[in-house]
Amino acid sequence: MISPDYDSLQVGDSLPAIQLPPVNRTTLALFGGASGDHNPVHLDIDFARRSGMPDVFAQGMLGMAWLGRVLTAWVPQSRLRRFDARFQGITHLGNAMHCSGRVLAKLEQAGERCVRIELSSVNQFGQTKIAGEALVALP
Amino acid sequence: MIDRKWIGHRMPPATLPIERSRLQFFAKAIGETDPVYVDHDAAVQAGYADLPAPPTFLFAAELDAGVTNRLLDDLQIPLARLLHGEQGFTYHRMACVGDTVTVQSSITDIYAKKNGALEFVVKDSQATNQLGELLAELRTVLVCRN
Repeated sequence: MISPDYDSLQVGDSLPAIQLPPVNRTTLALFGGASGDHNPVHLDIDFARRSGMPDVFAQGMLGMAWLGRVLTAWVPQSRLRRFDARFQGITHLGNAMHCSGRVLAKLEQAGERCVRIELSSVNQFGQTKIAGEALVALP
Repeated sequence: MIDRKWIGHRMPPATLPIERSRLQFFAKAIGETDPVYVDHDAAVQAGYADLPAPPTFLFAAELDAGVTNRLLDDLQIPLARLLHGEQGFTYHRMACVGDTVTVQSSITDIYAKKNGALEFVVKDSQATNQLGELLAELRTVLVCRN
């Protein structure tokens, strides 16, 4: 991996984005098992309907994991200092999420040169489902 | 309405052994194909002892141990009304296959918005490894739709 360096990065620079395929039931089942989140609202349409939802929907942490992939594809994970997500809307079946990041600021923190990254997960209709932020230490 | 007496509640520790096949399953589930996360030799070449746990993986500890469900029972939040509002991680060191992670959480706040239509539970956690080293701090905001 060719890691970005602090000096050559500019505020506003984009990280390579990731385009996910549309969310389907298999995606949700696999993530339920792998993540330990067995909440049936994500897995069982009968339960979801009894809960007042039209259908099952994606686990929030699945969307956060996709944003994590944007970060770890860009820098080694050992450079990650903070990673925060606000879940702003439900990611429904059929949503194809575009996960992207952008340099918000360059700063020094705890003696390290860092960049603050703005992250977002947006579906094909332009709806933001997750807004996130990360702090990454750079050489 | 969630009883505010739970503010300050310390949850039981949740212990999660980091296992290779589980991390490979997690990588598959999130579409992660970077060899560092699925191939032992690639991970070693990248400087890790073994496959590293991806940035959000430690959230599994309390789910696996049943600690999350116990909390929802205690607070009387039905699964059907639960949403995840926010999640944060502050990282200190990484966990790899072979490590055993313990997550210990406390409820640090409970508040309502929209005249109680939404209630929020803030949970702060520390994740440590088998040597007692701090791996990460986690902050979770759960939302109950009333």
